[in-house]
Parts: sequence; structure tokens; C-alpha cells
Amino acid sequence: MITKKTRAFLLLAAMMTTFISAWSQDEAEEERVYDFAEENHQCFKCHGHKTFYYFNENMDQQIRERMNPYYIIDTVEYYSSNHWNFSCFDCHSYDYSDFPHPNELRMEPKPGCLDCHGGDDYEDLSWEKIDEEFQKSVHSTKHSADFKCSMCHDPHTYKVNARTNENIKETIQYDNGICLSCHADINKYQLIVDFVNPNVLETHQWLPNQALHWQSVRCIECHVEMNEDMLIAHNVQPKEKAVRKCVECHSENSLLLASLYKYQVKERRNELGFFNAAIMNNSYIIGANRNYYLNMISLILFGMVVLGIGIHATIRIIKK
Amino acid sequence: MSEERLYLYPLWLRIWHWINALMFLVLIATGLSLQYAGPESTFIRFDYAVQYHNIAGIILTISFVFFVLANRFTSNRKFYRIKYKGFVKRLMKQFRYYIYGVFIHEPKPYPVSEKRKFNPLQKLSYVMVMYLMMPVIIITGFGLLFPETNIENVFGVAGIYLTDLLHIVTGFVLSVFMIVHIYFCTFGKTVGSEFKSMFTGWH
Ligand code: HEC
Ligand code: HEC
Ligand code: HEC
Ligand code: HEC
Ligand code: HEC
Ligand code: HEC
Ligand code: HEC
Ligand code: HEM
Repeated sequence: MITKKTRAFLLLAAMMTTFISAWSQDEAEEERVYDFAEENHQCFKCHGHKTFYYFNENMDQQIRERMNPYYIIDTVEYYSSNHWNFSCFDCHSYDYSDFPHPNELRMEPKPGCLDCHGGDDYEDLSWEKIDEEFQKSVHSTKHSADFKCSMCHDPHTYKVNARTNENIKETIQYDNGICLSCHADINKYQLIVDFVNPNVLETHQWLPNQALHWQSVRCIECHVEMNEDMLIAHNVQPKEKAVRKCVECHSENSLLLASLYKYQVKERRNELGFFNAAIMNNSYIIGANRNYYLNMISLILFGMVVLGIGIHATIRIIKK
Repeated sequence: MSEERLYLYPLWLRIWHWINALMFLVLIATGLSLQYAGPESTFIRFDYAVQYHNIAGIILTISFVFFVLANRFTSNRKFYRIKYKGFVKRLMKQFRYYIYGVFIHEPKPYPVSEKRKFNPLQKLSYVMVMYLMMPVIIITGFGLLFPETNIENVFGVAGIYLTDLLHIVTGFVLSVFMIVHIYFCTFGKTVGSEFKSMFTGWH
């Protein structure tokens, strides 16, 4: 029974929401000026595509050639990454302007994250501590030469999520994508080792509702040692130390509050009396979401029922 | 009170009832254990509790469907029909009996007979439980078993959260019903006689 009035109201509401969302989108995309777009284009015209062209003087013709897939950089991702306003030359030599790239460039070291991000300027993201933790991780201890920050954080595409993205599910997907880019992809995995990657779907069969879990928690929740000092702890532990007990998450003081929801946890109990309110908007975690008032009310009601039955039974016995 | 023996609880009903009661106890125990899970205080190990709760819930659903069908196609259904006219008055009369009459040994206002298995309060509570609460708890239970069926987000709260809230509240009400139900089953000829009836079928 939709009356004219409700229809008008619904229409109005729909208009309001589109207006508001359009407006907030504008707000988020504050005018970005890409200072180096033109300069970078001379590299992207090759490194942004699966194939590239160059002029072969010996043959006197234009050659179309395949680009090494590891050398392809997604232009869109680059310009929305943390380093969106960088020139390629901030990190790479000017000599790359020539093609074929000069041989000596191959020998040149590429900058590490800490080369720029070390020191006090970047303390808020605890770079030095992250580096320390990373050095202790399985990845680094077993393969220190090959496994660098850039294995997980492509300098061209990494975009901070956990800190800034309000959509937790998106953050989860992004962060798990980082791990799965190797653990679910034999080609990238074998950049580091020669053996085949164990199938993570099979090694996690013990976890029920696996698909749901992997949309709702991150790999690092179970695989990384907790650390108070940073938002994203970085010490990936050997598999024996991974979290396996369900109650570590499915309980009132769920570990997720110290990791996944660390940034959101501001109040312990919100106005409506929900424990762990931060979690509530995104998922329901058995054992971790309890309502204080519902708990009290149910306890009181239950007590009253038992008491009532007790009194009734007593009188019955007395009056027998 | 007539002394003749009545065959009130046919075999299918008794089987259903005790499967139902057993599953209910399992569901309450595992459900509480899940809701109040904690590292130190786990009553039943979490992953076991999840599994038992799921299995018991599925058996309960099957037995519930069986009850609804059997109750639809046998004569037992007549006991569940509510005549609205004067129902509230009859309810009050039964209520008065329980809070007063029973203590001074008044005769029961609605004694059991072939035509009347339940007193008005019993009838109301059984109808509400079997045809309102049970469907709600079963549907929400399956909603939690297949989380992808839930609405993603309702006014900024995860849809699954609301499903769960409804599941837990209904579970609580049903648990209270069960306790009250058991207590009111002690009002037979002797305290134990109704329980015996539910095993033998004879009242
Ligand atoms: C005409 C196409 C083309 C252009 C333009 C081009 N590159 Fe390349 N680039 C390649 C190819 C092909 C390779 C792989 C072969 C090689 O290393 O020479 C490569 C390799 C690279 C490598 C990896 C070298 C290594 O050994 O790890 C870097 C870094 C690089 N290019 C940077 C740049 C930058 C910066 C620019 C822009 C100034 C640029 N390239 C412009 C085609 C191009
Ligand atoms: C913030 C610094 C930074 C900027 C800006 C940057 N790069 Fe890189 N680039 C690196 C680092 C570090 C590596 C080495 C990555 C590694 O070892 O995995 C690299 C590697 C590469 C490679 C080789 C691929 C590989 O994985 O080894 C190519 C090609 C490349 N960059 C092209 C570019 C182009 C084109 C641009 C500009 C659009 C650019 N880079 C901008 C830091 C940067
Ligand atoms: C050539 C120096 C340089 C290198 C190498 C470099 N960065 Fe950066 N990075 C910067 C600068 C400068 C900024 C600040 C950009 C801005 O604020 O727009 C930045 C910004 C960031 C931010 C955002 C910080 C914030 O406060 O929002 C992150 C995260 C980041 N970089 C990660 C990395 C990672 C991971 C690596 C290594 C793979 C890396 N960077 C390598 C210079 C560098
Ligand atoms: C095994 C994969 C992995 C490695 C290796 C790794 N990180 Fe991370 N790092 C992550 C993940 C996952 C995140 C979360 C990304 C997000 O949501 O922003 C993260 C986040 C970060 C952040 C953002 C923290 C914040 O407070 O927002 C910084 C800074 C960072 N890493 C630096 C580093 C540095 C420096 C190294 C090398 C010493 C490194 N990472 C190595 C996986 C890794
Ligand atoms: C660049 C590819 C790569 C990425 C990205 C990556 N890993 Fe790994 N990881 C490996 C390889 C290779 C090994 C095997 C090391 C060995 O045993 O020599 C490994 C080992 C592990 C182990 C140890 C298994 C054991 O046998 O004890 C864990 C746990 C792990 N990774 C978790 C993660 C998590 C969590 C992430 C994301 C934050 C991640 N990995 C990202 C390549 C990667
Ligand atoms: C709920 C906690 C949990 C989550 C979430 C989780 N893991 Fe695990 N993971 C474990 C446990 C526990 C083991 C140890 C299993 C064993 O020893 O049989 C393990 C084992 C592993 C192993 C080693 C497998 C082997 O047999 O060598 C890798 C690699 C791994 N996990 C990667 C991941 C990745 C990638 C993700 C995210 C997509 C992830 N894990 C998410 C708990 C988790
Ligand atoms: C790393 C934290 C973590 C661990 C460890 C964990 N879970 Fe979960 N689990 C979650 C989260 C978060 C959800 C909520 C999913 C959602 O609704 O978005 C969830 C959901 C579930 C669900 C689905 C509930 C529903 O709403 O349908 C079941 C069942 C479950 N977990 C069982 C288990 C069992 C059994 C274990 C132990 C073997 C376990 N979980 C370990 C975090 C965890
Ligand atoms: C251990 C727990 C239980 C015990 C001891 C018990 C006991 C009894 C007894 C003795 C009767 C017969 C008296 C009567 O007809 O009122 C009965 C009937 C009934 N019980 Fe239960 N019960 C239990 C749990 C439950 C539960 C959990 C439900 C439903 C969710 C339930 C629903 C019913 C219904 C609907 C009847 C009437 C059946 C009919 O005759 O059509 N019981 N119960």
C-alpha cells in the first residue's frame, strides 16, 4: 500500500541521498594537480602497457614488442597511490629517458623505503619500528636478500588503507590481496623460492565459513605478532605460531580490537550499550558483540522467572 | 475429574517432542557457550560448539517441519485452534486458577478431556511458540548459517547483526518458555504424571 505521500517521501529521500553522496565524493577528490603527468608520460607510454613501440634504426621500422609484465605499472593505480605526485626521476635515474636503457643502470641500486622514510620526519607511521619488526619476520629471516618491503608495498601502487579507508571490508580485501598476490599466485611466489606454494585454501580448511572469514578478517590478524606500537604490526610469524583458537576473536576482548579495529576503537561501550561497537557496523562476530543492556535485562528477567516459579512451588508445597 | 484414561499423545508426537526437547537443550548449551565465549571461560570448545549448534539446529528444523505437517494432517490440529470469542476471559480464568485457585485446591477450570487437551494458557503459549517463535528462530538461524543471504547494511548497522540480535532474543524467550513449560507440566495428577504421559501417550 504505497500511498502518494509515501511515494513522494521516498522520492525525496532518494534525491537527498544521491545529492549527499555526490557532494561527499566531490569533497574527497579535492582538486589534485598532477605536476609530473607529462614528464611521467614518456615512461608510461611504454611501462603503462602490455606492449610498446620503438623505432629500430637498423631495420628502419617501428617495432611492436611485449613489455615484461613485472615492469608494467598501472597508470590509474600510480596516480592514486601514496606517491601520486612523484616524478619517475625522483627514484630513477634520468638516464632512463634513453631507450634502450643504458646498461650501467642495471647495476644501480634502487631506493628502499627507509632511504626516504627513515628519520624523524615520518615518525607517525613508525617506519623504523616497522623495519625492525619486518627484519624478525619469517619472510625476512629466510630470504633477506630477495624479500624487501617492496614485495608487499609496490612503491608505484601502494596506497595506505587501514589508516584512511573508512570501509573496513575494502581494507581487508586490500590487505589480504597483498598476501594472496604471492600465496595464491605461484609465479610471484617463485620469485622468492623454488618450491610450489601450499594451497592456502586447503591449509585453512579447519576454519569454517572460510570465505566469510577472509572477507571479514585479514591474514595478518592470525599471522602477525601483536605490537602495541604500530597500527600494522609487521612480524609475520612461522605457521606454528599462527592464531588458531577461535575465542581469540570470538570473545569480548577480541584480538580484532587491537588489530583490525584498532583505529576505530574509541569507546568501549557506545551510548546504546553495545560492547565493541566498532565492530558492529561491519560484521557480527559471535562472542564479541554483546549488548550490555540486553545482557542485564535477560539476566533480570531470567531471575524473576526462576524466583516466581520458586515462590509458586513453595506455596504449593506448604498448602498441600 | 474423569478417571477414564485418554490416549492424548500419539507416537509421532512423542517422538517429535523428545527429539525437539533434546535438540533444544543442546542448542541452549552450545548457544550460551558461543555467546559468552572467552579465552578462559569456554564451556564447550568454540569450534565444537559451532558444529553441534549447527547440527542440532538442522535436526530441530527437520523435526519442526515434521511437526507442522503432522499437526496439519492429523486430528491433533484441533487442539491448536483458538476460538477468539471469550478467549481473553478464559485466559484470565485459568490465570486466576494458577495464582490463587490451585493453592486452595479448587477444581481445574478446564480439565483435560478428549476434546480439550490444553487449557487456554497452554493453548496460547503452544501456538505462539510453535507458529511464531520457532519459525523466527529457525529462519534467523539459517540466515546466520548462510551469511551471504543477509542484507549488507541497515542504516549503518550490519544486517547480520540484526539477524543475530533477533535470533538471540528469540532464543532467550524460548528458553524461558521451556522452563515455565516444564514447571506447568508438574500440575498433573501427581507432579510426575504428565511427564509419564509424554512417554506413554496415555493421560
Ligand atoms: C620505449 C619503451 C620504454 C620507455 C619509453 C621507457 N622504458 Fe623503461 N624499460 C623498457 C624495457 C623494454 C625495459 C626492460 C628491458 C631493459 O631493462 O632494458 C625497461 C626497463 C626499465 C626498468 C628496469 C630496469 C632494471 O634493470 O630493473 C626501469 C627502472 C625503467 N625501465 C624505468 C623507466 C623510466 C623511469 C622511464 C621513463 C623515463 C622509462 N623506463 C621509459 C622500455 C621503456
Ligand atoms: C617512490 C619511488 C619510486 C617512484 C616515484 C617510481 N619508482 Fe619505479 N621503482 C622504485 C623501486 C624502489 C623499484 C624497485 C622495486 C623492487 O625492487 O621490487 C622500482 C622499480 C621499477 C621498475 C622495475 C620493476 C621492478 O619491479 O623491478 C620499473 C619499470 C619502474 N620502477 C618504473 C617506474 C616508472 C615508469 C615510474 C614513474 C611513472 C616510477 N618507476 C616511479 C621506486 C620508484
Ligand atoms: C624517494 C623517496 C621515497 C621513497 C623511496 C619512498 N617514499 Fe614513500 N613517500 C615519500 C614522500 C616524500 C612522501 C610524502 C608524499 C606526500 O605527502 O604527498 C611519501 C609518502 C608515503 C606514504 C604516505 C605517508 C602518509 O603520511 O600518508 C606511504 C605509506 C609511503 N610513502 C610508503 C612508502 C613505501 C612502502 C616505500 C617503499 C616501497 C616508499 N614509500 C618509498 C618518499 C619516498
Ligand atoms: C609481508 C608483507 C609486508 C611486508 C614485507 C611489509 N609490509 Fe608494510 N604493510 C603490510 C600490510 C598488509 C599493511 C597494511 C596496508 C594498509 O592497509 O595500509 C602494511 C602497512 C604498512 C604501513 C602503513 C602503516 C600505517 O600506520 O598506516 C607502512 C608505513 C609500512 N607498511 C611500511 C613497511 C616497511 C617500511 C616495510 C619494510 C621494512 C614493510 N612495510 C614491509 C604488509 C607488509
Ligand atoms: C612476495 C611474495 C610473498 C608475499 C607478498 C607474502 N608472502 Fe608469505 N611467504 C612467501 C614465501 C616464498 C614463503 C616461504 C618461505 C620459506 O619457507 O622459505 C612465505 C612464508 C609465509 C609464512 C610461513 C609459513 C611457514 O611455513 O611457516 C607465513 C605465515 C606467511 N608467509 C604469511 C604471509 C602473510 C600474512 C602475508 C601478507 C601480509 C604474506 N605472507 C605475504 C612469499 C610471500
Ligand atoms: C583465523 C586465523 C587465520 C587467518 C585469518 C589466516 N590464517 Fe594462515 N594459518 C593459520 C594457522 C593456524 C595456520 C597453521 C596451519 C597448520 O599448521 O596446519 C596457517 C597456515 C598458513 C600458511 C602455511 C601453510 C603451510 O602449510 O605451509 C600460510 C602460507 C598462510 N597460513 C597464509 C595465510 C594467508 C595468505 C592468509 C590470508 C588470506 C591467512 N593465512 C589467513 C591461521 C590463519
Ligand atoms: C582472526 C579472528 C577470528 C578467528 C581466529 C576466528 N574467527 Fe570466526 N569470525 C571472525 C569474524 C570477524 C567473523 C564475522 C564475519 C562477518 O559477519 O562479517 C566470524 C564469523 C564466524 C562464523 C559465522 C557466523 C555467522 O554470522 O554466520 C562462524 C561460524 C565462525 N566465525 C566460527 C569460527 C570458528 C569455529 C573458529 C575457530 C576454528 C573461528 N571462527 C575463528 C573472526 C575470527
Ligand atoms: C526438557 C524439556 C521439556 C520437557 C520436560 C517437556 C515436557 C512436556 C510434557 C510433560 C508435555 C505434556 C503436557 C502438555 O501437553 O502440556 C509437553 C507437551 C508439549 N511440549 Fe514440552 N517439554 C520440554 C521441552 C519442550 C520444548 C523445547 C518445546 C517447544 C519448543 C515443547 C513444546 C511442547 C508442546 C507444543 C507440547 C504439546 C504437544 C501436544 O500435545 O500437541 N516442549 N512437554
